[in-house]
Amino acid sequence: MEYTCIVCPRGCHLTAEKVIENGVEKINVTGNFCPRGVKYATEEMTRPMRTVTTSLYVTGGDIAMVSAKTNDTVPKDSIDEVLKEASRVVAKAPVKVGDVLIENVAGTGRNLVATRNIKVKA
Amino acid sequence: MIKEVNTVIVGGGPAGLAAAVAAYDEGERSILIVERDTHLGGILQQCIHNGFGLQWFKEELTGPEYAQRFIDQVEERGIESVTGTMVLELQYHPENKPYDKSVMCLSPEDGVLELRCKSAILSMGCRERVRGNLKTPGTRPVGIFSAGLAQRLVNLEGVMPGHKVVILGSGDIGLIMARRMKWEGADVKMVCEIMPYSSGLARNIQQCLIDQNIPLYLNTTVVDIHGKDRLEGVTVAEVDERRNPIPGTERYVECDTLLLSVGLLPENELSKTLGVEMDRVTGGPQVDENRMTSVPGVYACGNVLHVHDIVDFVSKESMIAGRSAAKYNTKTDEEKSEEIAVKAAGEVRYTVPQRVSLDEPFSIYCRVGRPVGAGKYVLKAGEETIFERKFIKAVPGEMAELPVKASELEKIKASGAKELTLETVLA
Repeated sequence: MEYTCIVCPRGCHLTAEKVIENGVEKINVTGNFCPRGVKYATEEMTRPMRTVTTSLYVTGGDIAMVSAKTNDTVPKDSIDEVLKEASRVVAKAPVKVGDVLIENVAGTGRNLVATRNIKVKA
Repeated sequence: MIKEVNTVIVGGGPAGLAAAVAAYDEGERSILIVERDTHLGGILQQCIHNGFGLQWFKEELTGPEYAQRFIDQVEERGIESVTGTMVLELQYHPENKPYDKSVMCLSPEDGVLELRCKSAILSMGCRERVRGNLKTPGTRPVGIFSAGLAQRLVNLEGVMPGHKVVILGSGDIGLIMARRMKWEGADVKMVCEIMPYSSGLARNIQQCLIDQNIPLYLNTTVVDIHGKDRLEGVTVAEVDERRNPIPGTERYVECDTLLLSVGLLPENELSKTLGVEMDRVTGGPQVDENRMTSVPGVYACGNVLHVHDIVDFVSKESMIAGRSAAKYNTKTDEEKSEEIAVKAAGEVRYTVPQRVSLDEPFSIYCRVGRPVGAGKYVLKAGEETIFERKFIKAVPGEMAELPVKASELEKIKASGAKELTLETVLA
């Protein structure tokens, strides 16, 4: 299988194939500039993972929205559920980068965390 | 009100923040960042997606996190900033040395504010091209937005600009907004690109279009806009190699929103009031290796100088400008090293800097004008080749950095050439 690596702006063109080595199934990746490409292509072949970023409404803050991300990648097929949960939550100022806005979001085992500071509205 | 400050920084986005930190670390303590928005951070505030900072911080950050790191650095150093303050004009009065630059601002607290400074750093960023730049025919309904404006509405203000979306232009902002609108529940019908290739990063084609099942139509543009009050649809058509619509290929696409991601223009109205020499290709000022413009003590960095592909390069470039401005403030003599021009040739569309003094090793940043396969960059001083740097491919969307080493600098000096030329030789 061929993939475009999405880990960094370089966008390596990756080729991944399943091989049997000593009776054990293994995924061989080529075309990667760094080890992150191997992880990415292996996951694409088994279970694709993505970081989800979005923004949530915030009350009492000096701006209307707080941006957020999953603190690690989540399965690609859980993205819709993550976004749905995020749309139902309203954060409360003050917020700091890294604050957990939703714990174990959509049952992924990851947290949705704030990616900016929000001060209380003066 | 009139104030004296050693260095005034116009714009508190990634460029201005990095320049401020670097000027401070070089020893300057009298710095003021002037920002027109309510918060520092510039455009990064609305770039909530990840993928920033891999070069600079060696980790993957979102735009707001990247900005916050620099805002924290500015605050830790106690560097002063004013927000909600618009710079109206820059002036240069050589007779008023050393505070010979005036930055005229409108401030909510102080009214008309004149900042007199030794050095000024231009870091105003860039602006999006809009419908008027494209001269697309049709009616003028509500529902046509630049992609960046839509990004601000969705990510910062919590407002959806529409529900059935066509995107014109496949630059990175257009691609990012295709996914963002889809994730917020919109029906994103297509991305049209007039060129035979996308100028966006390959990773964004993958994660923003292919992942989301959004089609990308190359050699395709919007030729008509329909709807009286609200946008009702657009006519798209294929174009020939001269980018003219091909009759008979038109089709109607129903939509209530058209997002335009059709290029960025450095925002240099202020630079022009100051009379700095401009580069017609980049749309930004011409600078030397310290990022100094043709006006002594006035520096430029970030997207106001030339549009960058990744913010990490902006930070790097702005650090150069900040350090140089701080050094300039302490200089007493008027002596300026002799400079030679750097010219672009072959597939190279432009270089930054456009002139260099040869005092110290420097890097040349460049971009090609169209996608090309393998080849090499060749730097020549007159007829003499200074270096050759191979590349596997080069695309207009990606900037190349070509460092000139100390030994190569000696070669340039020895050649006595009055001009450097950076060109390409394709394999």
